[in-house]
Amino acid sequence: MKIQEVVRILNGEVLCGEERLESDVHSACGSDMMSDVLAYVKDQSVLLTGLCNPQTVRTAEMMDMRCIVFVRGKEPDETIIELAKEAGIVLVKTRLRMYSACGRLYSAGLGENSEEHV
Amino acid sequence: MSETVKLHYDVDGDNFTAAGEASSEVKRALKQMGFPSELVRRVTIAMYEGEINMVIHGGGGEADVEISSEEIRIVLTDHGPGIPNVELAMQEGYSTAPDNVRSLGFGAGMGLPNMKRYTDSIAIDTELGVGTTVTMTIKVGG
Repeated sequence: MKIQEVVRILNGEVLCGEERLESDVHSACGSDMMSDVLAYVKDQSVLLTGLCNPQTVRTAEMMDMRCIVFVRGKEPDETIIELAKEAGIVLVKTRLRMYSACGRLYSAGLGENSEEHV
Repeated sequence: MSETVKLHYDVDGDNFTAAGEASSEVKRALKQMGFPSELVRRVTIAMYEGEINMVIHGGGGEADVEISSEEIRIVLTDHGPGIPNVELAMQEGYSTAPDNVRSLGFGAGMGLPNMKRYTDSIAIDTELGVGTTVTMTIKVGG
């Protein structure tokens, strides 16, 4: 699935990284706890989160993720957007809650990674 | 790569926003040197968790990274309160982080366990009231 499709499914708004919307993503995860993302996630390219601080971008950067979706209408500030631009990560926001956002993407074929069950 | 590359960073203990800068720079350096992405990820996740720990618990400190063709060695030194019970701190889910840290997405008791998970060896040298040094190594090609 292309990031553009993720944005469409979530009625999202792209905050930065428009030039990367044609990139492919193959799996996703949802969490507000970055340590869990760092522990359990492998090769997932989309992070859905309600956590809106610079460490969200840092975590995604360390994990080689391509796209962060802020759920529940969270608004990242300029510092966060600048960090994402530097790291080459697409930022998207949606008004959907975490459960709905994850459910829509999952139903559309964006699965989790099989190694997520630890 | 015939010689060891040494990188040094100061980690600011009062700036949560800047936490992770050193790990980010190490990631860029390792990528430029052509290390495989899976290895780069393991090194930088372990270092990043350590950097966050230094900011949350240690009041900042120094990060030294040595890169050779055999291994990557990360030494994180803080001058914080020290770890009273290392065995307990290594258990997943055990945390002494204050609630405000949890609202920032950390403090779930996964820091040290994650550092162990992603490295080939980890050594913790800590003294109460003096500080903590965490030394991690990741074998290249291992």
